[in-house]
Parts: sequence; structure tokens; C-alpha cells
Amino acid sequence: MNVAASPARPAVATPLDHPAARVLIGRHRLRWWETLPWLAAVGLYFAFPAYLGFGTELLVAILFALALDLALGYAGIITLGHAAFFGTGAYTVGLLAFWGIWTEPISSLVLAGVAAGVVGLLSGLVLLRTRGLTLLMLTICTMALLEQAANMAHDYTGGFDGLPSLPIAPVFGVFEFSPLYDNTQYVYALIVLLICFLLVRTLVYSPFGQSLTGIRENLLRMHAVGSPVRRRLVICYTISAALAGIAGGLWAQTNAYVNLSTFDLDRAATVLIVLILGGYGRLYGAFVGAVAYLALEHFLARIYPTAWQLGLGLLLVLIALFARNGILGLGEALWRRYGGKRAAS
Amino acid sequence: MAALRRQTGGVVTETRLETQALSRDFGALRAVQKIDFKLDAGARHALIGPNGAGKTTFVNLLTGVLTPTQGRVLLGGRDITAKAQAERVKLGIARTFQINRLFRGLSVLENVCIAVAERVGAAASMFYPAGRRTDVIAESMHLLETLRLEDQARHRVSELPYGRQRLVELAIAIGLKPGVLLLDEPAAGVPSAESHIILDALERLPEHIAVLIIEHDMDVVFRFARRVTVMVSGAIFAEGTPKEIEANPEVRAVYLGQAGHG
Repeated sequence: MNVAASPARPAVATPLDHPAARVLIGRHRLRWWETLPWLAAVGLYFAFPAYLGFGTELLVAILFALALDLALGYAGIITLGHAAFFGTGAYTVGLLAFWGIWTEPISSLVLAGVAAGVVGLLSGLVLLRTRGLTLLMLTICTMALLEQAANMAHDYTGGFDGLPSLPIAPVFGVFEFSPLYDNTQYVYALIVLLICFLLVRTLVYSPFGQSLTGIRENLLRMHAVGSPVRRRLVICYTISAALAGIAGGLWAQTNAYVNLSTFDLDRAATVLIVLILGGYGRLYGAFVGAVAYLALEHFLARIYPTAWQLGLGLLLVLIALFARNGILGLGEALWRRYGGKRAAS
Repeated sequence: MAALRRQTGGVVTETRLETQALSRDFGALRAVQKIDFKLDAGARHALIGPNGAGKTTFVNLLTGVLTPTQGRVLLGGRDITAKAQAERVKLGIARTFQINRLFRGLSVLENVCIAVAERVGAAASMFYPAGRRTDVIAESMHLLETLRLEDQARHRVSELPYGRQRLVELAIAIGLKPGVLLLDEPAAGVPSAESHIILDALERLPEHIAVLIIEHDMDVVFRFARRVTVMVSGAIFAEGTPKEIEANPEVRAVYLGQAGHG
């Protein structure tokens, strides 16, 4: 097997020297601009310490949107119920901490991911037999069921009021989550996001990720090339659910409380809007979308506290009309039209 | 295996794919009725018949898209009636579709790579980049060269003219290295000025593959097929060499006649 063949031997034109082959061979390589979001995140830490609370919220939103992108953007699983996993992760952390069972943050986060992954696996085994609107409705049902379960088990979950003042142990026993300063929360969330991002990035460029795009592009054809489609979808959905669970766990830890809003349809819709705004199926759409959405919410809401969602609605209409692939897709189209030509000529 | 071989004119041929009393009903409609059919190794076999004769249903039964109401499907003597579609692909049955089913947003090369990666068992791997499987990419690229699609390899499938898209449809199936290839109207919808590229590609298919082609275009059938089966109303109406079929007055009446009078 000639895996890892030596790149570019100029002697004869082999099939691998073809431009199309070179695109596929080099697609996973890191580009210089991929460091920008991380540099910006580090920059924010030093430049705007007053905004670290907002920054932490942003990082959690990015992670959640990234999880959704894996399922919706890459595998084409139409879901409006991803808060089911966000909430499962949040309540896993919340219940363990509130009842004094386990407060160590990193392992709690792993448990949050595992719990959400199990929910994703079990629900995925059932709902991924369906497609389209049926699938969409079933994802909402799953979320609603879990929300009601959390509501009804109020002896443990605090019901509608949730669980306040979660005691989260310091990270590595040293770095405390302070309610006044968000430095620890921010750095912690940033590192968690980085690790999860590297996992997602590896997955989407892997042969597995390629088969997911195949499923998104033409499910019936994937059956006809011998792909175990449902197994692939369930695996993808499970990983996506686990990542959403980690996002939820992170939310609970950095806010030091959980409530039913983590299971909300509102939250599931928001993450979908974030992803569509940024551009789905392109990895960085989660980043761009989350920044755009939260910045709008944060600043528009300050100017027009009552009507800021009108601005958001207008923006979504514009995106739907003129930029189906979100802000990133629009950027790519413009680059291809103006910048790319200049670079090529 | 001896049971599978039969003498035809002194030449030993091996049956690759066989159906025994294969039937499929859709409610009261008997779409396919008790079909006994044999496809030999290396066959170039055409399946023709008027619209609604059940040809595509028959192919769907062979590939496992549909389960038969009755009867069996055997591949190399082995009963595969209960096998799912994806499993049959692994056993060497590939098909193309009457209406393109392509990964339209992806490049031509990637379309083929997806099929090849699936065949060689790479597609479940999660933790290394697909670009590192240069064996998959090189094989896919080589296949595109044999189909003379290398100049389009970079393009998105959706940007290609329809005739070339039909070639990609074929390339994906060939990339699975099938023993049995089922072609559902490979030239359908291709403008006649372009149809030669499909025919050329068909004629260059590896000799050992058993090919069953559904086709309406009689020029394609008579140029490509060495054996022809005529289906009418879900049943086999006649079978023979292209010359026999062409000369058969009953076939002319039910099928060829329509074209002749039209």
C-alpha cells in the first residue's frame, strides 16, 4: 500500500500530479488563516478583559454550533432538537455538582459528553431510520421529552427553577471559577473548544468525513456504493451529540447553574440560526456565525432592547435570499469572483 | 461449481447471476412475474421492453432495493435474496441509475473516490486525512483517464454537461470493481451528438464483467449486446441473439413494431 507517498516527484506525470488529485491530497493541510480565530481569542483575553464573560458565552456557542455542523452540515441530518444533548450535558454536570457527587470539572465534562453521546446513540438508532420532516419532528420530540423529564423530576433537578450555585472544583485543583472574573472560565472554555475543534477537523477530512458528505449529497447513491449508511449516520450523530453535551456541560460550569432553558426549543433554534448565518458544512461557519449572532444580540439588544430581534430577522432574510451558504459562503463567492481571479492571473 | 457451468456450443460459460421464479407485486399489480433469468460471466446482455414492462423493478430486485414477493436471486450460485443492497455491492453487484444519482456538489474525482474508498474499506477510518489514501485517489484518477474524463476531474459534477454526468454515473459503478454491472439506460437523456462517448465507454468495459443493460435506444442495444431479453408486462417474452430478436415477428409486433410504425 502506498499510503503517504512522497509528494510531488516531478519526473513523470502520475495520476497524483493531476490538479484534481492534488486538491484532494492537500485539502486537510492547515492554512495560515486557520490560526486567526485562535489568535483573536487570545487577543481578546489580553485586550478586553471586561468582555471575557461575553467571550466565554461565545466559545460555548461556537462549540455547540460546531457539534451541530458535524451532523447537519456534513452528514445532512436535519435536526431541530440538538438542545436535547446540550441539556443532557448541562444537567449531567449540574446534578453531579449540586448533589456533591462529583465536582472536578474536566472529568465532569467528559461524563457530560458520554451521557449526551449515549442519548444520541439511543435516539439516533430510532430516529435515523427516518428522513426529512419526520426526522425533524422526532428530534424535537426527543428534546421535548427530555425537557419534560427534567421538569418533572424537580426533586432532583429543581424543576423549572433549575439548580443554582453549582460548586465547581478548581481546574487542576488550582484555577478557580470566580463569579466575578471570567479569566479561568474563558481560558478553560477556549482549551476545551480547541480540543473539540481538532477532533471535528480530523473527522471531517477523514475518509469517514468524506463518506458523510457523500451521504449528504446523495443518500441513495451511498447505499448503491455499498456504504453502511445508517451505521455511519448513527456514529456521526453520537459524536455530534457528545460534543453538544460537552458544550452544555461547559455552559453549566461557566455559569454555575443549570435550568430548563438548556433543553429549550429556543436554544436549538438559535444554534441552527448561528450555523446557517455563518455557513454550514464548512467548519468555520460555527465561528463566524456565533460571533455574528452574539455580537448582534449583545450590541443591538443594548440599542434596541425591545426590537433587536427584528434586526436579526432582517439579516436572516437577507442571508436566505442572497447568501444561501451563510457569511462564509458569501465571502467565498466574492473571493472567487474578485480576489481569486487576481491571484490566479 | 460444476453445477453452475453449462455447455453452450462447446464453450463453457459460468452463470454469474441467476434468478429463479422471481416475482414482485405492488398491490394488485404484478410488476415482475416468475422470471427465470441467467447472466453469464463476461455477458453483454440487453434487457428491452416497452415502458412499464418491469425492467427497472427487475433491476431493483437484483440489487436489493426491493425485496421480491417470491423467488430467489443467486450470485455465483449463492442465495443472496435476503441480503441488503450494500451487502450485495460488497459481493460484486454494481449498478447505474436511469436518472443520475451523483454527489453533485463534489468534484468528479471525489465522486469516484467515495466509491473506491468504500470498496477498499477505507471509508470507515476516522483519524487520518482522506488525502493520505493516495492509493484511492490514484486509482480513481486512473479510472477517469480510461473514461477520458480526466480534464473534468476537478469540476463539480453539477457543472458538467449531461453526457459527461452520465459518464461519472458509470465511473462510480466501475470504481466498485463489480463482477456484475447493471446499467439502467446509460444513454438516457444524452443528446445524440454525445451518445458516442457513452457507447465508447461501454465498449471499453473490462471483458470479464457480466453486464446487463436496460436500453431503449436500439442502436445501442444492437451495437453492444450479444444477447437480448425482451420483457413485456413483467414477464420474459423472448430471449436470443440480437439477430434472432430482430427477426422475431412477435417481438416486432409488441415492441420494435412501435418504433417501426412511429
